[in-house]
Amino acid sequence: MCCLLIVIIIINEGINKGFIVAAEMINSLFLISHTGDIFLEKHWKSVISRSVCDYFFEAKEKAGDLENVPPILQTPHHYLISVYRGKLFFLSVVQTEVPPLFVVEFLHRVADTFQDYFGECSETVIKDNVVIVYELLEEMLDNGFPLATESNVLMEMIRPPTILRSVVNTLTGGSNVGEKLPTGQLSIIPWRRAGVKYTNNEAYFDVIEEIDAIVDKSGTTVFAEIQGVVEACVKLSGMPDLTLSFMNPRLLDDVSFHPCVRFKRWEADRVLSFIPPDGNFRLMSYHVSSQNLVAIPVYVKQNISFLETGSCGRLEITIGPKQTMGKTVEALMVTIHMPKSVLSVNLTATQGSYTYDLTTKALIWTIGKLNPQKLPNLRGSLSMQSGVPKPEENPSINLDLKIQQLAISGLKVSRLDMYGEKYKPFKGVKYLTKAGKFQVRT
Amino acid sequence: MSASSAFNDDKGGSSSVGEAEYAYDPVSGKIFSSDYNRHDDLKEMLDSNKDSLKLEAMKRIVAMIARGKNASDLFPAVVKNVACKNIEVKKLVYVYLVRYAEEQQDLALLSISTFQRGLKDPNQLIRASALRVLSSIRVTIIVPIMMLAIKEAASDMSPYVRKTAAHAIPKLYSLDPEQKDQLIEVIEKLLADKTTLVAGSVVMAFEEVCPERIDLIHKNYRKLCNLLIDVEEWGQVVIINMLTRYARTQFLNPNINESLLEEGSGGDKTFYGSDEDEDEDDDEKEKEKKAEAAAMAKRKPYVMDPDHRLLLRNTKPLLQSRNAAVVMAVAQLYFHLAPKAEVGVIAKALVRLLRSHSEVQFVVLQNVATMTIKRRGMFEPYLKSFYIRSTDPTQIKVLKLEVLTNLANETNISTILREFQTYIKSMDKDFVAATIQAIGRCATNIGEVRDTCLNGLVQLLSNRDELVVAESVVVIKKLLQMQPEKHSDIIKHMAKLTDNIQVPMARASILWLIGEYCEHVPKIAPDVLRKMAKSFTNEEDIVKLQIINLAAKLYLTNSKQTKLLTQYVLNLAKYDQNYDIRDRARFIRQLIVPTEKSGALSKYAKKLFLALKPAPVLESPFKDRDHFQLGSLSHLLNAKAGGYQELPDWPEAAPDPSVRNVEVPEWTKCSSREKRKEKKVEKPFYSDSEGESGPTESADSESDSATASDSRSGSEESGSGSESESEEDSESEEEEEEKKSKKKELKKPVQESESEQSSEEEDRKPEKKSKQQKSDSESESDEDEESESESSPSESEDSESEAEVKKKKKVAESKPPSKPVKKEKKEMSLLDLDDFEPAPSPQVTPVNTLLSNSLVTDLEGLSLSDSVLSPATIAPSSALKNYELLHRITGEGLTVEYCFSRQPFSPDANMVAVQLQFTNNSSSDTKSLHMEDVKLQSGMRVKEFPEIELLPAGETASAVMGIDFCDSTQAANFQLCTHTKKFFVSIQPPVGELMRTVFLTENEFKKEQGQLMGMNEITEKLTLDARCRNEHAIVQRVTAAANLSRVPCGSDKECRFAGRTVTSSSLVLVTVATREEGAAQLTVNCEKMVIGTMLVKDILLALTQ
Repeated sequence: MCCLLIVIIIINEGINKGFIVAAEMINSLFLISHTGDIFLEKHWKSVISRSVCDYFFEAKEKAGDLENVPPILQTPHHYLISVYRGKLFFLSVVQTEVPPLFVVEFLHRVADTFQDYFGECSETVIKDNVVIVYELLEEMLDNGFPLATESNVLMEMIRPPTILRSVVNTLTGGSNVGEKLPTGQLSIIPWRRAGVKYTNNEAYFDVIEEIDAIVDKSGTTVFAEIQGVVEACVKLSGMPDLTLSFMNPRLLDDVSFHPCVRFKRWEADRVLSFIPPDGNFRLMSYHVSSQNLVAIPVYVKQNISFLETGSCGRLEITIGPKQTMGKTVEALMVTIHMPKSVLSVNLTATQGSYTYDLTTKALIWTIGKLNPQKLPNLRGSLSMQSGVPKPEENPSINLDLKIQQLAISGLKVSRLDMYGEKYKPFKGVKYLTKAGKFQVRT
Repeated sequence: MSASSAFNDDKGGSSSVGEAEYAYDPVSGKIFSSDYNRHDDLKEMLDSNKDSLKLEAMKRIVAMIARGKNASDLFPAVVKNVACKNIEVKKLVYVYLVRYAEEQQDLALLSISTFQRGLKDPNQLIRASALRVLSSIRVTIIVPIMMLAIKEAASDMSPYVRKTAAHAIPKLYSLDPEQKDQLIEVIEKLLADKTTLVAGSVVMAFEEVCPERIDLIHKNYRKLCNLLIDVEEWGQVVIINMLTRYARTQFLNPNINESLLEEGSGGDKTFYGSDEDEDEDDDEKEKEKKAEAAAMAKRKPYVMDPDHRLLLRNTKPLLQSRNAAVVMAVAQLYFHLAPKAEVGVIAKALVRLLRSHSEVQFVVLQNVATMTIKRRGMFEPYLKSFYIRSTDPTQIKVLKLEVLTNLANETNISTILREFQTYIKSMDKDFVAATIQAIGRCATNIGEVRDTCLNGLVQLLSNRDELVVAESVVVIKKLLQMQPEKHSDIIKHMAKLTDNIQVPMARASILWLIGEYCEHVPKIAPDVLRKMAKSFTNEEDIVKLQIINLAAKLYLTNSKQTKLLTQYVLNLAKYDQNYDIRDRARFIRQLIVPTEKSGALSKYAKKLFLALKPAPVLESPFKDRDHFQLGSLSHLLNAKAGGYQELPDWPEAAPDPSVRNVEVPEWTKCSSREKRKEKKVEKPFYSDSEGESGPTESADSESDSATASDSRSGSEESGSGSESESEEDSESEEEEEEKKSKKKELKKPVQESESEQSSEEEDRKPEKKSKQQKSDSESESDEDEESESESSPSESEDSESEAEVKKKKKVAESKPPSKPVKKEKKEMSLLDLDDFEPAPSPQVTPVNTLLSNSLVTDLEGLSLSDSVLSPATIAPSSALKNYELLHRITGEGLTVEYCFSRQPFSPDANMVAVQLQFTNNSSSDTKSLHMEDVKLQSGMRVKEFPEIELLPAGETASAVMGIDFCDSTQAANFQLCTHTKKFFVSIQPPVGELMRTVFLTENEFKKEQGQLMGMNEITEKLTLDARCRNEHAIVQRVTAAANLSRVPCGSDKECRFAGRTVTSSSLVLVTVATREEGAAQLTVNCEKMVIGTMLVKDILLALTQ
């Protein structure tokens, strides 16, 4: 058997001697605005000319819609993997085989980091902070392989800009590079920096649930599920070891965790045990299966019709509460993407206001709070381009809503315990239900 | 576009966009004035003494680099600052150096000495960063310096520096491939590193430099598996991908013997034993057996290599990672390496990724599409997650459509088609076209719906949108080719369409159809040709070609009517602009029109033109993509990307597994920690499988105590561990440990024999010591101390007394009479036995005659945790099947099992009687057992069982409760309460238990059956299991699967059964008609279609397994 193995190795070697592949993982990164302006480039290996982006522009042209640009493109010598975030394209160039998700996930992580640093991830912000951006990219990737992607660690090495500091820096010529050398990379818990100190020790958790649903014409639910996240804001001194337990963890069908969470404890006891990163982070995200009946908080009564003769149509929408668990539905908003032939709308809303964007054909009705006594209603006529046949399909209605202090799945945090530190932290849990991809077919 | 072209001109300092970075520069005017000294001000600033000026200059230079401007002429000025004290200036200088060193090699050498000094710095971070920059400077002259630096750093004390060394390896390799051999040495050294920090980086280096040297992995394989969970996420991806390849070369195909899939979660147990064995002194014996096993692999049932299992087990928790790439890596590992029955676990995680960014969705859907072709069943439960929203980007829509199409089968096709109907109305026309094609594919794949689909598509022909019509025509054409005789009316309908449809492809398709099937539409065809002849000159080329085709075909079949028309068309074609058409016309004329000169060919004209054409196969574009490793770029592009490592085929015979054994001295050195780690990783696995493998475990421990042996299986250990842990959660560590040891001592006498206890005593001391050491040392990663302290004592004890335990095991194991295993049989076969132990729970004891069979079902039940029904309904014997309601471990000593007693529930006839059996395994009494907080679907009702006031330790009690399931298989959830605890439990009935027997005569049966035809009848063909080809066996299996009674029947080829659903009293009639050679037909008639469908599935399973 040993012989066999050796033979295989020899053969393999024979194959591999043929060519030597020079580069791996991410070679270069280009940031491109949605208009097609390459405003930043970074190379981790030999420089690749930005003309490689032309293949991307070609594909972008072809796709028409920015969201439809294929994320992975093949060019004669390179592969282009891009993500679209905040009206920006993050375009990376790779030369060899690499798991595409690896790159995609990394690019999103880069965007997340920018978000963390600058509050938003947009062209202007990146242009304004180009040096910090460059330093970040330098730290995040070494020779195309991710190095430090935890924002806690990065923040220790490269301080995020604040207004005060930038003023001070310009006066004194100071820098935004950390004075001390970072230790995060070296610690056994890479996501937490050492020596954290707060006067007010507090830990807040937001349980945010989104309802994804498709409701059909007749009001029956075609598909519904709940996606939830637990966002944490932990500002605790030292090295706290937290345990968060739920009243009804069995609800959770599928979960994914921040690396700090100990899988084993979850598997064994269904509690979240972790040493938290400092600051804001997403502790876990979860899924409540569609097997459990999902409560749909509102119903939509709609009647959209386009008349065969004459160039007009009618629209009437009423929204009412369904299963709200006794809470008020807030921030209610309706978005409808009208067919192209709808020229203008003439509607009256009993509550809130509506806008109709002529170029995108998006009708947005902002309602606000849902009052069960007086249901919001939007009705009126649509004027259509004449001479064009009536649209085949009625546009579907997208809903947005918020319910404070409620996790629609019924998930409840039962307690938070802290070990490892002496002080008593402030603790708090907030619940919020939102509409995710909530669509009513008409 | 214009912008990009402007950028190509790197030197163009005056490029319009370039102005931005000079905008805040007061002297910008000067810069543009002359190209020659345009960077003079920057040079001045760099030369100044003030750090702030230098910094400002560097910032502007970096901004230039970022914009893609050329700043290479500043190199001399910048490189001088490499030794600058200011950290930030230094950092920016590094950025500049790395960017331009390649272009200015000579000057770059000036900086080298600074880095060399840095490499000796006492601060590890400075050492690391010096190495990082040094290795990033792509200057060939310094290769020897780099090599030296890497070698030194590889044995640095700091793991961070070692990590940097690992990163530097591929850099040097790409600079000078000649260094490969030396670099491999370094890689080999770093692979042996035991810190998680290094692991990911070194494997990355390995993959880049010497992926073919799989032999380097052997010794590190187990370590990598065990470290995996603590490695940073990017490293995890690389390691998992590498291990996938490794496993393909080292292990046997777990699916090699499809019928013997039973290894699986039930098999894990053995392997803890064997895992530890290998490191024991009977290593030698082990090896022998392994080799033997490998040799016999062909003949013997497949046994998974423990190392293979280790990999699967240790990667599974990573499915919960937040990083999509990690999840995908694990998914592909399972897809390529896991036994079929276990692959299902990845579906849920992949479906979760569909919530992520659209790029992630795009990649995941592509992979799911490939997976659904091979393993459709895996994603079927998640069908609805692939439903399409109008807001999805088109490329996502099309991929989801692909997945939906792949998932379509007889049972779900109606739902899918209904969904498709909504899609057809979408405003996104590309998507509509894709939907129509998808419908076409469903129709070809699933014969039952072909007509429905065809009719639906025909309706689309009257759609207003031309694209929709055209696409439908093309698809209809393909469908009609399958059975044209039946559809002449559709062909006629399409013939009419030629007047309206203008899309060339569609017109061509129609003409082809008419020509091909002109015999079915003898009257219309010539007329169509007439019309076409008229419009010939205005048609597109493909249409013209088809007109000629049509003419030729008609001429051959019906020359009387069409002779002149054909001549006319051919004449028109003769003078066409397109030479293809002229050629075709000339060719056809020669072929069909008989002249004196016409050759031998014209005799065969009919055969040539009217040959039967095979129907097209509509295939998924994702077929056969799975020969690329999933999750790879090559898979996504369906083309081999550069540097792609082929996924090797499984070896015929397993290579020697002993290569992975680590030398004893080294092992003992690290054993305590390593082992503890291992154990820890095991733990979640157990508790994870707790729910699934519940019956096995409890049964196991039961038999343990029964035989008074103590084969201290891992499960028991971890079980008691987690139990006590939850109680003592809040205790501080030391306290806990003390307590624990006390507890252990208390427990032991009950569970353990004398000899073991003593050996355990001895063990504890060194154990404790090592613990202290451990808590001192920093290098240990963030481990859960608690779980460690628990598992470790048992661990060492296990291994110490291993030999003894093993002996006992043998005794105990050889007892079950069903398997002819002798004591003398070697270790390997014992493992087998353990693997396949059928695990009867005490209640089921009526010894399973169909042992291997029950085994299949048991184990299937374990691994397919998702499908709740399967294990239940395929009970092999007619004995009532017991289900577990509360496991001993989760119930903290209280075990509850239930079975459907099939007795009428006297208080309420509409309820199903459920018999509960409570066993108190704990040492204390349980009081006031009752149920609370019943959560039910609407309409369902429950009659609670009477409270059990006292259940003394070790006693068993039973009670009966009634549940009205409303004829649905929805679970009844409730809380089971004792005086101290509450447990959430749920009872879900298999569909076969939702009915009660009813007695019918043969005539009544036939009459009732006659009334339940059409939609209410479901027929399924099947091949009976070899052991189930006599009448008796069929009756036994059907009645085991469902509570039905036999109906007398004259023919011995048929078995009939009847029952009524409990709530609605709808009749359920089942007929099994047998044919030759085990072929059979199953018919279920039931008014409730859902029940009918589910019942068919269950009975099918029962009869075919």
